[in-house]
Amino acid sequence: MKNYPVVLINTVLSPLSFLLLIAFVTKGQLLPDAIEGGFIMSMFNSGTSLQGDLAHLKNDFKLQDMVVSSPTSPAAYVTGMALAEVIYSTPALAVLTVLAAIYIHPGPLQVLELVSVFLLMFLTSIAIGYTLSTFSSDIVQSFAFSRLISTLFSTLPPVYYPITYIPLPFRYAAYLSPTTYAAEISQSATGLLSLSTAGTALAWVVLLVTTAILAVVAAKKARWREV
Amino acid sequence: MASGELSCKGLTKVYSASNGRKALDSVDVRIPSRGIFSLIGMNGAGKTTLVRILATQLEPTSGAASIDGIDVVSQAARLRERIATVPQEARTVPWMTPKQTVLSYLMWRGTSYADASAKASEVLGRVGLGQQENVLTRRLSGGMKRKTLVATVLASEADIVFLDEPTTGLDPISRKELWAYLGTLAKDRFVILTTHYLEEAEELASCIGIMHMGRLVGLGSLDDLRASVKQQYSIRISAGSAVPEVKEGAVTRSRSGEAQILTTEAEAYGLSRLLLDAGAKFSMSKISLDDIFFHLVNRGDDEVSRR
Repeated sequence: MKNYPVVLINTVLSPLSFLLLIAFVTKGQLLPDAIEGGFIMSMFNSGTSLQGDLAHLKNDFKLQDMVVSSPTSPAAYVTGMALAEVIYSTPALAVLTVLAAIYIHPGPLQVLELVSVFLLMFLTSIAIGYTLSTFSSDIVQSFAFSRLISTLFSTLPPVYYPITYIPLPFRYAAYLSPTTYAAEISQSATGLLSLSTAGTALAWVVLLVTTAILAVVAAKKARWREV
Repeated sequence: MASGELSCKGLTKVYSASNGRKALDSVDVRIPSRGIFSLIGMNGAGKTTLVRILATQLEPTSGAASIDGIDVVSQAARLRERIATVPQEARTVPWMTPKQTVLSYLMWRGTSYADASAKASEVLGRVGLGQQENVLTRRLSGGMKRKTLVATVLASEADIVFLDEPTTGLDPISRKELWAYLGTLAKDRFVILTTHYLEEAEELASCIGIMHMGRLVGLGSLDDLRASVKQQYSIRISAGSAVPEVKEGAVTRSRSGEAQILTTEAEAYGLSRLLLDAGAKFSMSKISLDDIFFHLVNRGDDEVSRR
């Protein structure tokens, strides 16, 4: 980051560009939804960026081999690299936090709920990113996967706007993405979407179970040592 | 300091996409785990596969391997406490400096920032990169980048070090400089080194393994390997000089017309007298690692073709 500050511009622009688009198209009506969507996209994209970065470091620099042959555990390696990704996202998160304070005014409990959802999104995407990176043998393939996952989970689903804007048959497809549940919980927490108690509980369960399953898959199936 | 032995028994590796071809074929090794153990062989001989299994990066298909009694598969976590590696094709990250590279590697291994920073500067100074420690590695020469990678393992507390072709692509001066650092490294650690350069193994290694088509066709010190070859002497005869009749050895000719005779000690002395009498230009020496390598690899080819 210090040596190549230009990389920060992309991490700031990516979530904010959608936010601006939604804000302009809806004449500011969906700005709060878009701010929460920006948070979700930032956190989720940390994982997809992690996938590309880990695959790049593994295939082109042999960093994973160097770390495997050391006392460092896979969990320590992923945690360290994931935190590095969060640092890259810090400027975007700072801008979004300021916008949230101005346009959403969340109370302490709402902040807690939002932060929990965003952290779950982060863990989910980190688990996906790490697992896929260990199977990657080619950086072009890896970046293609990274972009595909980003599009499927943070661009296509109703993250920047309420799911009610999507025609009914397509909502079923949207519910295949954990980001949809994250957006529903966030929007419901701040009063942007009316969700029943059962609906909110279901969204939490789906999000928690998805995160747990992906974490187990990462721990058990990722290729730390090659076979 | 490692002080036991490196042991492999029937170590075999078949990659899933290799149509059953054995990248490693029943490799047996038993050597002391000290000094420099150099693996030599052509591309695809199995050197990197063997090193990656020993460095706990790759699972073998069958067989067993251990270093100082620690199994590389079932006790990998214990072994990882003691090892460090610079893999083949490892590169320095261009947007990091040598100091950041060494420091971050040490921190991965659990060293505190303050200790890692001090150690990184000390080791980079020792390998001659003190002036460049804060220069981005993309601005450094190939030799300096390689030295940076070797500095990472040198700075670590690991007493078993794997270096997979660390001098490939370096100019002769950088290579010799790196040899000096490797010699230093091996004073109190066990270094497993793969190389294409036979003179590198000859210069540095206390034990040499010759690999060919996944098999270990020779193992031992240079003297041990010499002793395994019947023809222990090499006579090189300049182009234009007549080559005497050879009974026990073999004659090869280079494109320049120079002839080389590999033969026994007794015949070598007899031939040298004949060559002196004939006024031929020639030199005589004990066989080099190059000669042993080509002899063992050709014998390995014969064995494979007989199967």
